[in-house]
This record gives sequence, C-alpha cells and structure tokens, in this order.
Amino acid sequence: MSELVVGDVIAERTVHLTRESLVRYAGASGDFNPIHYRDDVAVSVGLPGVLAHGMLTMGLASSVALAALPADVRLIDYGVRFTKPVLVDAESGADVHVLAKVGAVDETSARIDLTVKAAETTVLVKAQLRIAR
Amino acid sequence: MPVNNDLVGREFPPTAPYLVGREKVREFARAVFADAPQHTDVAAAQRAGYADVVAPPTFAMVIQDLTLQQLLAEPDSGIVLARTIHAEQRFTYSRPIVAGDELTAQLAVTGIRALGGNAMITSDATITDASGEHVVTATSVLLVGSDDEGEDA
Repeated sequence: MSELVVGDVIAERTVHLTRESLVRYAGASGDFNPIHYRDDVAVSVGLPGVLAHGMLTMGLASSVALAALPADVRLIDYGVRFTKPVLVDAESGADVHVLAKVGAVDETSARIDLTVKAAETTVLVKAQLRIAR
Repeated sequence: MPVNNDLVGREFPPTAPYLVGREKVREFARAVFADAPQHTDVAAAQRAGYADVVAPPTFAMVIQDLTLQQLLAEPDSGIVLARTIHAEQRFTYSRPIVAGDELTAQLAVTGIRALGGNAMITSDATITDASGEHVVTATSVLLVGSDDEGEDA
C-alpha cells in the first residue's frame, strides 16, 4: 500500500441520481419500499419527498473509491452512518458528491475516508473503507 | 409494544442458500454506479485473481436482507417497519463475493439499547459459502422509533 499517501485524494465524482436510478436500484437490490419511488407514500409518512435508498448512497460511494484502486486490492471492511436522507426531485433529481481520500496507510493495508454530500449536506458519516493486498 | 429485549441471544435458522448469478452482479454493479471492470467483465475479474465477476461491497445487503426479514417476521419483536430507520451499516469481508457463490446467512441480534423512547437494534448476519467458509459479516444498526412518525434511510 506504499503507493498511497495520507491526505491524497484518490477519486472525486458527482453522481447524478434520477427517479430511474432509484427504480433501477430497487430492482437490483430487492428493496421496494415505496418511499423510494412514490411521492404520495413519502408525503403520507411525513417525508419531504421521495428519498434515495441509504444503501444506494452507500453503494455508489464505495464504487467511486474502488474504481480508482487496482482490481486486486481487497476490501476488508466498509462501514457508514446514515445521517441525512438524499431527496430526489422528480424533475431535477439529485447530485451526490463523493470525495475519496487516503486516511491512513501501513505496509499491508490502508483506510480510505469518503466524504459524501448532497445539496451541500453531508449524508454519510464515518464512511470508511479498509483495504489490503 | 416496545422492542423485545429477548431477541438478543435468540437462535435464528440459517437462510436458504442464495446462488449469486453473474447477471445479478452486473445488474447490481450498474445500479450502484460501480464502473470498475472486475464487476462486469469476467476476463478482467480473472486477471485480478477472481473466479468470476466480483460483486460490489454492498451486494451483501441482498443476502443480509433475508435475515432482516426473519427478524421482522418474529411475532413478538415489537419492531414496526414504518418506524424503523437504517442508522448504520458495516460489511466485514474475509473475501469478496463472486458470481457462482452459494451463500447462507445466519442472524444474531447482538444488542438492543434504549435511546430516549427509541430502541437501537444491532444485528450481525454472518454470511458463509457452500463449504462453510466465512465470506462477510453484515452488521446493521436499526433505530426503531416510539411514535408513529416513520421514515426510512
């Protein structure tokens, strides 16, 4: 892991989510909770609107980091805390911004810290990947 | 009905084996914007030392979810889905999931903590392959609210 330097940004990407992204994730994951595709249901349970699945946000955030690393890097551990939902407008969608930075390195492993924001708000906290060779 | 503290230590049966399909991995990879070639291209995965396409890390949720369904199905759980928020999630891997794996998950509720009128439920789904080897442990923290305001991460 000596090629990684603490503090370096290894990847940065803005992923644009639309309602289609949410339906696609619902199908792929099997999570068909209607608050992720029906405005009427979301509003009826007190939400401001349709939300992205938390697991979709968690999943895309790791995708940004892993795409920047060699394919033979092994993931040891990936954890997040969900703090704020990502509201996905029917017309304008939502942008999720992911910044992946090297947090710690030793000889065999490294920690990648992810900063994940939507609408200027941090939506995942303590989003960290531990990787090794 | 409040969340039942007796869920901690209860024995749950292993889930039915889940066969990881190559097209399912590709579908999931597209859904989570996983562009790295080992998720979709068999040759690229094999060059990196894997038998087949590699599932993105959060794919384990698909198998873990089978255990959460067991938890919600317990008649005395006291967990109401409409008042449940996904608060934390973690995956601890021994090796990645690849297409062709036949995976089984076993649920253990490891802790229930009162937090104001709410309850925080921590559970581990230990996911093993057909030979019984550990693949990944998926840990969820669910926050179950006490009032009837519901949302879900």
